Amino acid sequence: MKMKTILAAGAMSVAAIAANNAHAGAALDGIKAKGFVQCGVNTGLPGFSAANAEGKWEGLDVDVCRAVAAALLGDAEKVQYTPMTAAQRFTALQSGEIDILSRNTTWTLTRDAKLGLTFGGVNYYDGQGFLVPKALGVSHATELDGATVCVEPGTTTELNLADYFRAKGMSFEPVVIENINETTAAFFAGRCDVYTTDASGLASVRQTMAPNPDDYVILPEIISKEPLGPAVAQGDDQWADLVRWSLMAMVEAEELGVNSGNVDDMKKSENPAIQRLLGVSPGMGEALGVDEEWAYRIIKQVGNYGESYKSNVTAKLGLERGLNALWTDGGLQYAIPVR
Amino acid sequence: MSKTQKAPGGVRSKGLTDYLNDENVRAVIYQIVAIALVILAGWYLVSNTLANLERQNISTGYGFLNLEASFGISESMIDYTPQSNYATALMVGFLNTVKVAFLGIILCTIIGTIFGVARLSSNWIVRKLATVYVETFRNIPVLLQLFFWYAIIPNAFPAARNAFQPLPDVLLTNRGMYIPVPVADNAYDFMGIAAIIAFIVIYFINKWATKRLDATGQPFPIVWASLGIFFGLVLIAYLIGGAPTAMDIPALKGFNIQGGYNISPEFMSVLIGLTIYTSTYVAEVVRSGIQAVPTGQWEAAESLGLKRSIALRKIILPQSMRVAIPPLTNQYLNLTKNSSLAVAVGYPDLVSVSNTTMNQTGQAIEAISIYMAVYLGLSLTTSLFMNWFNKKMALVER
Ligand SMILES: N[C@@H](CCC(=O)N[C@@H](CS)C(=O)NCC(=O)O)C(=O)O
Repeated sequence: MKMKTILAAGAMSVAAIAANNAHAGAALDGIKAKGFVQCGVNTGLPGFSAANAEGKWEGLDVDVCRAVAAALLGDAEKVQYTPMTAAQRFTALQSGEIDILSRNTTWTLTRDAKLGLTFGGVNYYDGQGFLVPKALGVSHATELDGATVCVEPGTTTELNLADYFRAKGMSFEPVVIENINETTAAFFAGRCDVYTTDASGLASVRQTMAPNPDDYVILPEIISKEPLGPAVAQGDDQWADLVRWSLMAMVEAEELGVNSGNVDDMKKSENPAIQRLLGVSPGMGEALGVDEEWAYRIIKQVGNYGESYKSNVTAKLGLERGLNALWTDGGLQYAIPVR
Repeated sequence: MSKTQKAPGGVRSKGLTDYLNDENVRAVIYQIVAIALVILAGWYLVSNTLANLERQNISTGYGFLNLEASFGISESMIDYTPQSNYATALMVGFLNTVKVAFLGIILCTIIGTIFGVARLSSNWIVRKLATVYVETFRNIPVLLQLFFWYAIIPNAFPAARNAFQPLPDVLLTNRGMYIPVPVADNAYDFMGIAAIIAFIVIYFINKWATKRLDATGQPFPIVWASLGIFFGLVLIAYLIGGAPTAMDIPALKGFNIQGGYNISPEFMSVLIGLTIYTSTYVAEVVRSGIQAVPTGQWEAAESLGLKRSIALRKIILPQSMRVAIPPLTNQYLNLTKNSSLAVAVGYPDLVSVSNTTMNQTGQAIEAISIYMAVYLGLSLTTSLFMNWFNKKMALVER
């Protein structure tokens, strides 16, 4: 009887902790109060998010979190990272374990409308591809009938895979393993003929995990559209806005030719768009609920989109800009006007 | 056992404090408070969860079970394609869980009993080997053991092209083991029915034989009779069915081996890992069960001139069962629950399929509620069965 009372009291305190305040702007205020952004990232996908030799997280996805922290908290280093698998990520976001998910996550209707997420734009336009050992002697995805395919659960990848083989009237046998290390180990051990994921992920796996990258090829077919971007939980639009515009600021900066090296000089620029972005002519920061130097700090501390892409994706994986070039260069990256 | 205190002298009427000091009254108050707190806490959690889901625009309800799952599952005991719905996908996961748990329980009992007996062997080497086995596999976390087997199996066997043939038409590859199976035929359905009939007949003959033994002391060769009935009936059914001989033989076709029955590396890893891990606990249960039987029983058996092996089988093991069944039940429950670790090595058990489902649909709470209910159901079924078995084995006073 005494036990029961104690248990009940325990349950009450757990409930109190589990409780979430439900007023607007709660997420944003919560992050300001605790002083750092809790960012869900990949467990290890070099170029996008991976811990380097010093244990510091870096990558294109990591830079989104750093940009948000620079805008809101004044310091790009005020981020704590939670590595998560594809299957864990949405629950973590919904339960408030992380404030933002920046982990090669595809923006889809279901995720946006049914999983209670809000996407903050696209920081990498990608598509799904296939990685095979050269020894398999396959040069096109259409030759994969009957193949065994390694794939990770809870991804758009496993859905596209089934769709693709069905559309082509081919059969396949999936091997579905949650952790990227286990999956790739199984693939490299020959458990599967094919490993499939986003093309960027394939490049990363081939470059950084294959025993000998030259023994593997990425097939030319891209079977899906994978717009990857940061996501937050619905319920705090102000927080979602800040994430969206932090990413936009990075692209806008590239469009305007502002980078981490010249941003101080650019403050003297006569260009009204640059003046607005850098807070020389005020208003943007106030609209977002942060100070006017928000974008200046992002560019100064993290860099513009092109810089982030070059030092992460190009440097680590050798991938060119492709779809992710600015729209003025024939790509899809296009900043929504900062005004 | 009322301990109501009489007021001194018995004249003063009972006041409020007397009631509050009354143990029985207090007990009732405590119970009410405890229940109220539990209900309050439950209500608080539920309403908060609903409010949070609502605020984040996350849909609720079990309607998603009818939607198309769209993802592939590597192995299934029922028909499943990505066009099947989520309910079917979860069923596939459930059956896979039952399959690995059921086989695991049988195998770990057999292996565990052997090692448990071996630990008490008079042979020094056997005893030490058994001790090393038990101590090693019992003290390594089971998840690591699963990873270990899953690292070994795909690496230890050759690719499909150069499959290793330990027996004719049995192929061992890094995609698992392929064994030939008979091509489906009506005859096999007849055989199944014949087997069921055989079991019923055997059950009644067994009953009759025991009765006769008790009444007249005449033994009946029940084992031979049972085997004869079983195989006789099944063979007759096979012949009536037209004695089909077509076999589905695994062979390399395209990238993979096609045909036959495939035992996947994922399934093997989980089954081997769980079986070995749990068998060490079963071994300890068996050992302590045997040691719980008084040495007088051994001595009595010996003085009757029984061989040690017969004494063990007929006298010691049956008695040790009584001690062993309750802890054995625990181990079976553990094995069933540990099977949920299968997700780590890609075996599509219930948890694995549920995880995928909740990720694709966002219905985390619903999916978790389903598998919690299922595991509870599985555990309760195992417990009920073992309780029944325990009652049956318990000492019957004559
Ligand atoms: N973009 C796809 C797939 C993302 C994904 O999870 N890809 C895998 C393969 S590259 C991955 O990153 N796994 C890393 C991990 O599990 O830690 C999605 O959003 O569903």
